[in-house]
Amino acid sequence: MFEFLLKRIASIIPTLVVVSMLIFGLQQLLPGDPAKILAGEEQDPTVVAYLRAKLHLDEPLPVRYGYWIGGVLQGDLGESVRTQQPVLTLVLKKLPVTVELALLAMTIALLIGIPAGIVSAVGRGTVWDTVANVMALWGISTPNFWLGILMIMLFSVQLGWLPASGYVSPFEDLGANLAAMIMPAFVLGNAIAAVLMRHTRSAMLQVMSADYVRTARAKGLSERVVVLKHALRNALTPIITLGALELGTLLSGAVLTEQVFTIPGFGKLIVDSVFNRDYAVVQGVVLVTATTYIVLNLLADLAYFAANPRLRS
Amino acid sequence: MARLTASPSRLAWRRFARRRAALLGVAIVLSFIVLALGASWIAPLDPIATSWGAIRKAPSAAHWFGTDEIGRDVLSRVIWGTRASLLAGVVSVSISLLLGVPIGLAAGFMGGAVDTVISRITDAFLACPFLILAIALAAFLGPSLSNAMIAIGVSATPIFVRLTRAQVINVKVEDYIEAARAVGNPPWRIALRHVLPNITAPLIVQATLAIAAAVIAEASLSFLGLGQQPPAPSWGSMLNTAKNYVDNAPWMAIWPGLSIFLLVLAFNLVGDGLRDALDPRQR
Repeated sequence: MFEFLLKRIASIIPTLVVVSMLIFGLQQLLPGDPAKILAGEEQDPTVVAYLRAKLHLDEPLPVRYGYWIGGVLQGDLGESVRTQQPVLTLVLKKLPVTVELALLAMTIALLIGIPAGIVSAVGRGTVWDTVANVMALWGISTPNFWLGILMIMLFSVQLGWLPASGYVSPFEDLGANLAAMIMPAFVLGNAIAAVLMRHTRSAMLQVMSADYVRTARAKGLSERVVVLKHALRNALTPIITLGALELGTLLSGAVLTEQVFTIPGFGKLIVDSVFNRDYAVVQGVVLVTATTYIVLNLLADLAYFAANPRLRS
Repeated sequence: MARLTASPSRLAWRRFARRRAALLGVAIVLSFIVLALGASWIAPLDPIATSWGAIRKAPSAAHWFGTDEIGRDVLSRVIWGTRASLLAGVVSVSISLLLGVPIGLAAGFMGGAVDTVISRITDAFLACPFLILAIALAAFLGPSLSNAMIAIGVSATPIFVRLTRAQVINVKVEDYIEAARAVGNPPWRIALRHVLPNITAPLIVQATLAIAAAVIAEASLSFLGLGQQPPAPSWGSMLNTAKNYVDNAPWMAIWPGLSIFLLVLAFNLVGDGLRDALDPRQR
């Protein structure tokens, strides 16, 4: 088991190295002199000269990558041209907001997706199966920013139940925080619930025809026990792995959701940085997002490993 | 007897035609194609003509879908916006196919160091969430519809690399490939004439579903201001403006959003139908 863990952890290192090269390479896409572009609209000669020296722009590309990655490994992701703050500080400031949104969205997705998938598989061919499949199709086909706008129209403008935008820290006022986050979390969780429902349905259909489920039924166990204790437990392992792939959708979706609901998180940071031409922040956010995604997938693999006794032995 | 002699493609078509949802998807996609191609004849008004006397007018006989914040006809903008969305969907996925299939073919067919290098790069691309990578690429390339299509196409390429590679690895051990090798065919000929035609079914399914994802991605980039630039109409940028007027002009948000939803739904229905028809094992 320990060997498996070490191998799996080691396997992410080459991926991280290539990801860092890709993100560093983004800078090469900038048309013209990166120092002038990174210096912003004013293009102050002092700033341009400072950036040229800081980014080692007179050195060959591999040497520049070496300097950049050396800084990254020490936590130096560069500096925001706009606010002069270190990129890492900016990212860490925004991260908790997005993490809260993502956790709430995932909770909603799990609460909708897994029961809907179970109902759909158990009642295969019934009206419940059709309803669940239609809902899944709706979920994967609806752009989340449109769903967000529709929900604002209904719950904020028409009914006046929930705030249309803004963010309150849970440490300041938990009620106001949840009121502000419930719509964005639902919008973000909606598409993931649809995908989870499809995975759950497919995994449940597979295990429901397995011998041990037939044996459990033959023993006279209630259908509830057979479905929840025998079938679902075995169906959960592929759901964990496939569900982990949706973490990327979660991070991507957060960008749009935060934009619609004006939530000051990670997604809003990357969009604001794009329009402020604050490229170091864009690079930093992409690097942190990719690293988070890789680590979360690693954790999902480990959870899969822990949940499956056959692998452990 | 006719059933026994039917070709695999005819059988697949029969399976596809039996799925009413998939046929509905085809009908919706075709309707959008007609709208996109005939926008200049079908749209009742100029999509960028402003009218200060008709600002944020509710739907009426003169403006079926209402008008926007500077008096432009929403219906005409929705019809013209079809072009940007369909173009983005088709061009982005074409870029992904043109890049991804040859690279995946090389990785799967050649194996060894080539496969290792390609797989590592693919893993790295896949480690960056799709839309975030597309946003970063579009940001560094500069905001425009063509750059958004390049960004989406490049970001979706790894999916096709991985799919092609996996299919090639499965197919290359088949007897007919061994036979093609035994009669002295060069590797490139085996890859193009014998492997590629046998892996097209999953690629067609993935491409159809990828168009749905690309339409949403283009709308997302335009919503963020990184796709189609104003005043040219695009469903995503229309929604971006509409979100500021939800309380007094809800029609500005309803129609472009509904159009994105319908087009994406249609491609998803066609993709699901194709998957069932071309690869019944996945049903």
